[in-house]
Amino acid sequence: MEIALVGLVAVFFAVAVYLLLSKSIIRMLLGIVVIGNAVNLVLFTAGRLTAEVPPIIPAGEYVPLAGSANPLPQALILTAIVIGFALFAFLLVLGYRAYQELDADNTDTMRLAEPEDAPRPPLSY
Amino acid sequence: MGPSIDVSIALISIAPFLAALLAPWIKKFTGPLAGWVLAIIPASIFVLLLGFIGPVSENTILRAGLSWIPAYGISFSFFVDGLSLTFGLLISGIGTFIVIYSGAYLAGHPHQGRFFSYILMFMGSMLGLVLADNLFTLFIFWELTSITSFLLIGFDHSRQAARRAAFQALVVTGGGGLVLLAGLIALNVVTGQNSLSGLLTTAGLVQQHSFYQPIMLMVIVGAFAKSAQVPLHFWLPNAMEAPTPVSAYLHSATMVKAGVYLLARMNPILGGTDQWFWILTLFGGTTLLVGGALAVRQTDLKQMLAYTTLGSLGLLVMLIGFGTKEAILGAVLYLCAHSLFKGAMFMIAGTIDHGTGTRDITALGGLREAMPVTFVAAILSAVSMAGFPIALGFLAKEEIYLAMTQGVWPDLLFLAVLIVGNALMMTVGLLIAFKPFLGPEKPTPHEPHEGSPALLAGPVVLSVLGLIAGLFTGWLNTNLLDPVGGAIYNNVIDAHLYLAFDITNPAVWASIATWVLGGLLVWRVDAVRSALRRAGNAIGWTFDIGFDWVISSLIRTADAITRTLHNGRLEIYLLIVFVTLALVLYLPMIVTGTLPQIPDIPVLTYYEWGAILIAVVGLLAVLFARTRLVAIVALGIQGFAVALIFLLFGAPDLAFTQFMVETLSVIILALVMTRLHLDSKDHREIEEAVRDGVVSVAVASGFAIVLVAVLAVDLDLSLTEFFQATSAPIAHGRNIVNVILVDYRAIDTLGEISVVMAAGLAILAIIRVRARNRFAPPAPPVPAKRRRKASA
Repeated sequence: MEIALVGLVAVFFAVAVYLLLSKSIIRMLLGIVVIGNAVNLVLFTAGRLTAEVPPIIPAGEYVPLAGSANPLPQALILTAIVIGFALFAFLLVLGYRAYQELDADNTDTMRLAEPEDAPRPPLSY
Repeated sequence: MGPSIDVSIALISIAPFLAALLAPWIKKFTGPLAGWVLAIIPASIFVLLLGFIGPVSENTILRAGLSWIPAYGISFSFFVDGLSLTFGLLISGIGTFIVIYSGAYLAGHPHQGRFFSYILMFMGSMLGLVLADNLFTLFIFWELTSITSFLLIGFDHSRQAARRAAFQALVVTGGGGLVLLAGLIALNVVTGQNSLSGLLTTAGLVQQHSFYQPIMLMVIVGAFAKSAQVPLHFWLPNAMEAPTPVSAYLHSATMVKAGVYLLARMNPILGGTDQWFWILTLFGGTTLLVGGALAVRQTDLKQMLAYTTLGSLGLLVMLIGFGTKEAILGAVLYLCAHSLFKGAMFMIAGTIDHGTGTRDITALGGLREAMPVTFVAAILSAVSMAGFPIALGFLAKEEIYLAMTQGVWPDLLFLAVLIVGNALMMTVGLLIAFKPFLGPEKPTPHEPHEGSPALLAGPVVLSVLGLIAGLFTGWLNTNLLDPVGGAIYNNVIDAHLYLAFDITNPAVWASIATWVLGGLLVWRVDAVRSALRRAGNAIGWTFDIGFDWVISSLIRTADAITRTLHNGRLEIYLLIVFVTLALVLYLPMIVTGTLPQIPDIPVLTYYEWGAILIAVVGLLAVLFARTRLVAIVALGIQGFAVALIFLLFGAPDLAFTQFMVETLSVIILALVMTRLHLDSKDHREIEEAVRDGVVSVAVASGFAIVLVAVLAVDLDLSLTEFFQATSAPIAHGRNIVNVILVDYRAIDTLGEISVVMAAGLAILAIIRVRARNRFAPPAPPVPAKRRRKASA
């Protein structure tokens, strides 16, 4: 059952990395979202899968039902989803402002910090 | 080492550092007298050390030490024997006159106080170096001398030549120091001894060890770098960029003698082998000849002296390598004679420079009327430098020649080298002593005037000492030669030095040959100089040029690497990151041969397949979207598919969060994207697309394989079981995921919320900052006054 998700994780990563390697800021942003999902799925799969039994203790019991899902990766992923969203929102606004300031969304033309004709290091003492 | 810590020994090397702290203030309050006041420090150290002469000549070894890092056998310990005492006396004695001299030489310099600080720190480092017992104490002071000499050479830091010279000296001597450190550590490991006094008790053992050769070579490299032996000699003449008192002190009497001290100290520990003999004599002899020849070539007084210093260092190294009793005694005598006459000579050169404004020997002449005292001091120093009778230099030269006329043919070769080298140095000495003072007067930048008492004290006292010391051979025998020679030779030495001129002695004839040759060279000095210059020009390459080449190649290589890796193109950085990531994922499993088997296609229900299929379709749509809208919608699809998967596999909390977050993401993205005018095309050439595709497939399959390998291992469920068992009874919560988040890992969740809040604030700040309009700069504000007037 996990193996199917392994294949899906591979597709997620391939798409995410390909998007991140783009020069277009907006595609990189899409890549950030996808790679976040990919990592969440890795965690989820590594914690093993159980079909449809959530880690909730029924009323009147003190332990969950046998065969319920592993709660630990779920707790980790929940945090990751929220943090990932905060990151995405921040980067999106950053990209937006960069576009407004530099009038560009291509990383090759955004060279304010590392200009093409940066001076050579001095060879004198 | 017991409780009998003699504080005064440790204080000797610490007192100059304390004085260095106070020097700028002392300079401020005492003004022109600062040199005399600060000279009290080295003078009192000198007097204190004089008191040790008695015990040391009776072969008592004085020790002091503080525990420092006992776990590694590192202590802050000192010991005084004949060798360290002699060096200590030279350093503090000459240092006294140097400090007095600096007070006058740099009078009125805005940073004179700083200069005093540097030179006192240097003095402390040098004293610590020669008094150190523990190997690591020795190393620390060794590097301190490199650092403080860097400060002194680069004192006049507004000139590029001074900066270059300081940098060069630091690179060469500091680098040599690191090699020495390796050698000392190896020595420590091999012998189990961590102090020089301990090593001396096991003398003769290291030579048999299989690590002897590397240890010896490392120690020799350290010493050669410091003592400027060919081919590491080039920094020393350049260091003449320093103010003259520094040259007089560091580069004649102290700093460069550190290497000689180390070799002398290590002679019983590492010496006595053929390798030691040949390395030291060959490099020393070469340095002697090169230094002498280059000295005659120069016309700048300081440069001439600097190159003769090279020659003298070569001579000393050669004698230590030679290692016979006579050679060692000759080395000790020459060491003292050289320190006295070279210190005096440098100060004389500085006084001439100070008095006339030039140091070019061809531009100087007829100063005997204007600078009589300097003239006399110069003659006395030259007598010792040329080795004329009764001077200390004469005794030294005789003892050296005696050492070389004892045995078989290689000795004669060395004798010839020594005669030529000494003749060259004698030539320089005589030229400096007579050329500027005799003959017709020549116009100089300043009207020539005699130096002040502070400028003359050093040259006069040191040159007189160098001359008359030869008269007290009896005292020298028992108080200098026996203890020092004994320390280097590691055996009891009974010196019978006496002043005589016995023509049946072959050593006397060697001296006469030196004088004749030296006289001839002085007579034809202009011809010799131009011949040497032609030879130098014909070669056209020096180690100095080589140093520049090495340094600039280093910078160019660093620049090239930086420009390749850090080229300002974001996709290249990411490419490097992802390629590295793929390697990290694959390599360990390939190397250890633990690549997992490719598993079979699993059996899933149709709706599970459905969710996976939706995710894949969404992803591919994101990838190949031609318009923004399609891309946004596709991104939403893959996000919702992930939520669906969470829902199907027992994680409803995750699913709800994911639904919410994906919805918000899509909305925000759509809002922002409609405000931007973006290209819908992906700017990728076909080969870039292939390259990126290969890298992304490699990374993705790497993750998949690691995940397969992880799934093959049994899952450690102990934490999960803990949460399952305690969630309801202890935390009183039924939703275990929520209990983990808000109870067990509450602080973590608080941190998460803080991150979200910080991101929110940052977003707010970024949006609120008003875009600067680059094309229409804001009008300059109208001054308040004028505005009021205008409105009125």
